[in-house]
Amino acid sequence: MKELRIIVCAKEIPDPEAPLSDVSVDAEKMEVIVDAPQVISPFDENALEAAIRITEEMDAKITVLSLGKKVSDTVLRKTLAAGADELILVEDDAFEKLDSHSTAAALAGAIRKIGEYDLILTGRQAGDWDSGQVGLILGEMLAVPCINLARDITVENGSVVVKKSIPEGYERVKAQMPALITVSNEVGELRYISRTKMLKMMRGARSIPSWSTEDLGITQEMLQKMGIAALSSPPDMGRDCELLEGSPDEQAGKLAEVFMGLR
Amino acid sequence: MNDVLILGEVKEGSLNLKTLELLGAGKNLASDLGGEFSVVLMGVTVSGAADEAIPYGPARVYKLEHPLLQGFKADLWLASLEQACREINPKILLMSHSFIGMELGPRLACRLNSRLTTDCIDLSIDPEDGLLLRTKPVSGGNAISVFKCPDELQLATVRGKIFELPEGADGKGEIVEMVPQIDESMIKVESLEIVKEEIVALDKADVVVSGGAGLGEEDGFELLEELAEALSKSFGRVMIGCSRVAVDKGWISSDHQVGLTGTIISPDIYVAVGISGAIQHLVGMVHAKKIIAINTDPGCNMFKVADYGVVEDYEEIIPALIEKLEELS
Repeated sequence: MKELRIIVCAKEIPDPEAPLSDVSVDAEKMEVIVDAPQVISPFDENALEAAIRITEEMDAKITVLSLGKKVSDTVLRKTLAAGADELILVEDDAFEKLDSHSTAAALAGAIRKIGEYDLILTGRQAGDWDSGQVGLILGEMLAVPCINLARDITVENGSVVVKKSIPEGYERVKAQMPALITVSNEVGELRYISRTKMLKMMRGARSIPSWSTEDLGITQEMLQKMGIAALSSPPDMGRDCELLEGSPDEQAGKLAEVFMGLR
Repeated sequence: MNDVLILGEVKEGSLNLKTLELLGAGKNLASDLGGEFSVVLMGVTVSGAADEAIPYGPARVYKLEHPLLQGFKADLWLASLEQACREINPKILLMSHSFIGMELGPRLACRLNSRLTTDCIDLSIDPEDGLLLRTKPVSGGNAISVFKCPDELQLATVRGKIFELPEGADGKGEIVEMVPQIDESMIKVESLEIVKEEIVALDKADVVVSGGAGLGEEDGFELLEELAEALSKSFGRVMIGCSRVAVDKGWISSDHQVGLTGTIISPDIYVAVGISGAIQHLVGMVHAKKIIAINTDPGCNMFKVADYGVVEDYEEIIPALIEKLEELS
């Protein structure tokens, strides 16, 4: 069988696990300001992990595609250290605050430029806008079978078989390739990457290709921004926390009394 | 006029709770628009559910019945819904942010070239232009955004347990039958089997004892089970929850996951053990009546939303806590 071609779409976002104090909202500029390092969106890391597991079973090549106004190749090089074969950045000022449709259209352009592919994997949703649309819209645009919320992906005899999360458990489904699959966190976290491997990849002289709208044959007029009418901070969730002090035994005693008081 | 259309979901022959909430939301929007709302139902037979919907006051209940609409086959449901939308031509279509709406919403949005806003917690009509204002938490819940899109069809999926149920009045709308033009060749994703798993119903718990990365290992959940067991002598239903990280690490199944993409709960007591409290987790439990946090990091988010906190290693605290609880209960 010929080499399987897998494309993983991965988005760079401010760390969604950042402490609350590092996040603020600029209502005037309608921007969420996160004072935290950039990371790969967690569900996209799950998607990459699912792809790497496929490469362990068969001859397969993983291309990671990351789109944004400006994508940091140091953040995305982690995907190469983890086991991806190729990283392509799709960068353009025109990509700032795109709506899901336009993001999918730009990704579709990049995927057509890549040419051949068997599987496209995306995270179920990105950790910044939590929209959960780009993957499925991309699948529709490319007119390939779409499978949402995968927790396990295997390739057998030219078909892909997926365990798809459903409310009562999971459904095993099968589709012809090429296909698009959105990946949920049940797949498991991205494998551990040793420090040496990471450093080697960061320092590597390897140049990372970057494509712009021009390379994809799309114009700014084809892209639409998110229609944000207002942005505000969420209601304050803070409570006054009473810290229970003392030795562990004393703390446990106080906590037991708290429980008994709540009966 | 079909101003607002609602995609209803039928469970065991009846409208599910999320659908009733949608009826409430849709009814209000229609009244703001000075128009009507209708419901579309899909399945093999949906007559019972259609009759159930009528009293809530929809102008019409569209029944899309077809033997192939057995179970949720996304390709066929999507094709049927697309046909219905093109024929009914509503201004607004609302779906639940359920497993069905999550999949149909974006795909339908693409086919009908309309922008969708997912997981909305508030909806209203902009009096200036009649467009739908869609309020949605973004950035895991760190901000609340209001979206507005100019498309002819306004599309939104709606979070559960936010909108109030409509009052059952004496609606006299009509039931309209539509025949979906679907066949087996449209199935691109074939269902091989459905595997039912034992699912923990976290939203029915009185007390949730939840663990996260701070447990350090899968075995940590055994200690939480023991605590849950001890608490169950004094409280009603005590269940085990977890953070997303615990699922990612393979320590526990995802039905235990609390948060934005897990279950959103408001139990009487939420006990967070070794959970630092990423915002996407907090939005899933912050409405608990009382929150107790056990964590070694005094600076973590969880202590900011907790009522009681213990800064200590859970392995030191929980065995002692279980012992004290046994003495007191």
